[in-house]
Amino acid sequence: MFNLIVKRLLQIPIIMLVLSMLVLGLTMLLTPAQRAAGYVKNEQQAVRIDEIIRERGLDQPFFTQYGNWLQNTLQGDLGFSKSVGEPVLDAILTRLPNTIELTLFSFIPIIVLGVWLGTLSALKKDGLVDQVIRVLVVLAFSLPTFVLGIVLLAVFYGYLGWAPGPGQITVENRLLLDQLIASGEFQKYTGMLSLDAMLNGQWRIARDVLAHLILPVITLSLVITATIVKLMRTSMLESLTSDFVRTARSKGLSERMVNNKHARRNALIPIVNSGGFILLGLLTGSMITESIYAYPGIGRWLLDSARNLDIASVLGYSLFVALLVVSIRTLIDIGFTLVDPRVRYD
Amino acid sequence: MTTAAPQDFTVLKKKSRFQEFWQGKPMRKLRRNKLAMAGLIITLLFGLIALFAPMIAPPKFNCARDLGMTEESQVYNPASPVMWKAMFAPPLTCYQTQRISFAQAPQPPSAEAPFGTVNGYNIFHGMVWGTRLVFKLAFIITGINVVLGIVIGAISGFFGGWVDNLIQRFIDVIFAMPSLVLTIVILTILRAKNPGGDPTIPIIIAYVITGWASYSTYVRADVLKTRRLEYVDAARALGGSDARLIFKHVVPNSLATLLTLAVMDLATVPLGVAALSFLGLGYPVGYTEWGQMIDFARPWLKPEFWYVLMYPAAFIVLFSLAFNLFGDALRDAFDPRTR
Repeated sequence: MFNLIVKRLLQIPIIMLVLSMLVLGLTMLLTPAQRAAGYVKNEQQAVRIDEIIRERGLDQPFFTQYGNWLQNTLQGDLGFSKSVGEPVLDAILTRLPNTIELTLFSFIPIIVLGVWLGTLSALKKDGLVDQVIRVLVVLAFSLPTFVLGIVLLAVFYGYLGWAPGPGQITVENRLLLDQLIASGEFQKYTGMLSLDAMLNGQWRIARDVLAHLILPVITLSLVITATIVKLMRTSMLESLTSDFVRTARSKGLSERMVNNKHARRNALIPIVNSGGFILLGLLTGSMITESIYAYPGIGRWLLDSARNLDIASVLGYSLFVALLVVSIRTLIDIGFTLVDPRVRYD
Repeated sequence: MTTAAPQDFTVLKKKSRFQEFWQGKPMRKLRRNKLAMAGLIITLLFGLIALFAPMIAPPKFNCARDLGMTEESQVYNPASPVMWKAMFAPPLTCYQTQRISFAQAPQPPSAEAPFGTVNGYNIFHGMVWGTRLVFKLAFIITGINVVLGIVIGAISGFFGGWVDNLIQRFIDVIFAMPSLVLTIVILTILRAKNPGGDPTIPIIIAYVITGWASYSTYVRADVLKTRRLEYVDAARALGGSDARLIFKHVVPNSLATLLTLAVMDLATVPLGVAALSFLGLGYPVGYTEWGQMIDFARPWLKPEFWYVLMYPAAFIVLFSLAFNLFGDALRDAFDPRTR
């Protein structure tokens, strides 16, 4: 067991090394000046770009460059993001809490709705409810995120005026928030605006932020909810036909007891297993949603950077996300082996 | 007499092989599913739109000039070389969305522009020729991915050992990055290398790099399974070469799974390219492309301009829905786990 964990953990740095080498190898297609642009902070530095190239050794052979880059990166210097005018690492760290906030709020409807509708659909198999749910699932599953997002925004903000417009917060509340932060009355506990506002007792701000989150959360969670409903339905059907459920029924337990305690709890296993992967998918897949709703998360920053051909930011983001994915996947795998002795990864 | 018999035999066998497939259990299951068949028909309609785009949205302006077209009826006349050229080898200017005017504000649907216009661009023309553009990309990308996946997956599974190990670790590295992120990285670097150029080749490269691995994983798994079967041993004992064993005996076994995957990819690639263009990372403004048409609607989210968004959105959703209905049933029918 111990050997296995060590082996899995050792794989993380190796994968990251090879991946960063491949990605950095791709930038060798560019000119040294283009690579140096990722370290330029302002106009004055842009003038002396030749010095930067020499200082950073950007005209050297690949492995020298890679060594320099690795050294800088390990010291936290990922370059400068010209699209937002901050160092790349700062840009990631200031935006990450917003994306985590969006992810967590999307996670709730996915699990609650997914499990509830999936169970309902399985219990009423081939009935009217089941048919309706299955049609809705296919519909939801076929909506591309970018179309869904823009149509929701158009209908609920543009046509009906029920939802607030794009952004994280209205202008008045943004000004109020800035004032509060400046006067020291607003403490940042988590970095997530809605939670912080609630913890500070600023209910007006909290309500505003939550209202702005509704459409992005629907956009981000709908497709995955459909997948979970499908998964839960299959799993529940399997569980309902298994022997232990028949035994429970023949013991004379009530229908409710059998369905909720015996069948559903066992049907939940695949959902619990995929929980980590859903979170990971939300965290790394929120960019289209963030871009449509002008939500200040890391995904929107990546797209802005990519549009402006800001190589340093794109590389920084991609390696950060890869590290996140590899680490969380490894943790999930190790968690499975610890929890369930039948699982083996060889 | 002695020479005729084997010939008859092969003809008979070929026919029965097709019949076996058509009347086999998976195909019967698929044909019985009405929703799937509806999905297939709508999907085929989209294919026809792509093929007959020059007739549905006839060329005008630069495109008509480059085709050497003198009057519109030439596109519908099979005797005229213009029709064949427009259908099979249209010049690049035909993939530029028709710009009827330079008025920014959308114009409601009319006979000239059935879906209305935005920024002066004819939305209907953009969607119809956009279908053609994405289908072309989807077939090219999926084709390359399938071939690469088969070759690399077969090599990996058939030879095993360090070759297999190397390939699998490389796939691990590729899968470490979410495919959309990797696509964006590759596209950004290739676009920075050649700013403002035609993004077709960069998009194909990005999709091939992120796409081949999932095919090769399936092929490898299938190869590992079939490699141990007796008929493969028999073929080897008869002196079959490695290549012959792989392509004659092992790969045909996994074709059904591969085709299902490829059909699903034919739907996801167009939607992915549309999403990229919507985000401003794919085709630049002016190309006939789905995502761009949706992007044009962003400043016009008012009820009186509904047509700017709703026609392109309905077009894309219908495509996605039809493909999903058909693809799901196809997977159900051919997936060995559900048989």
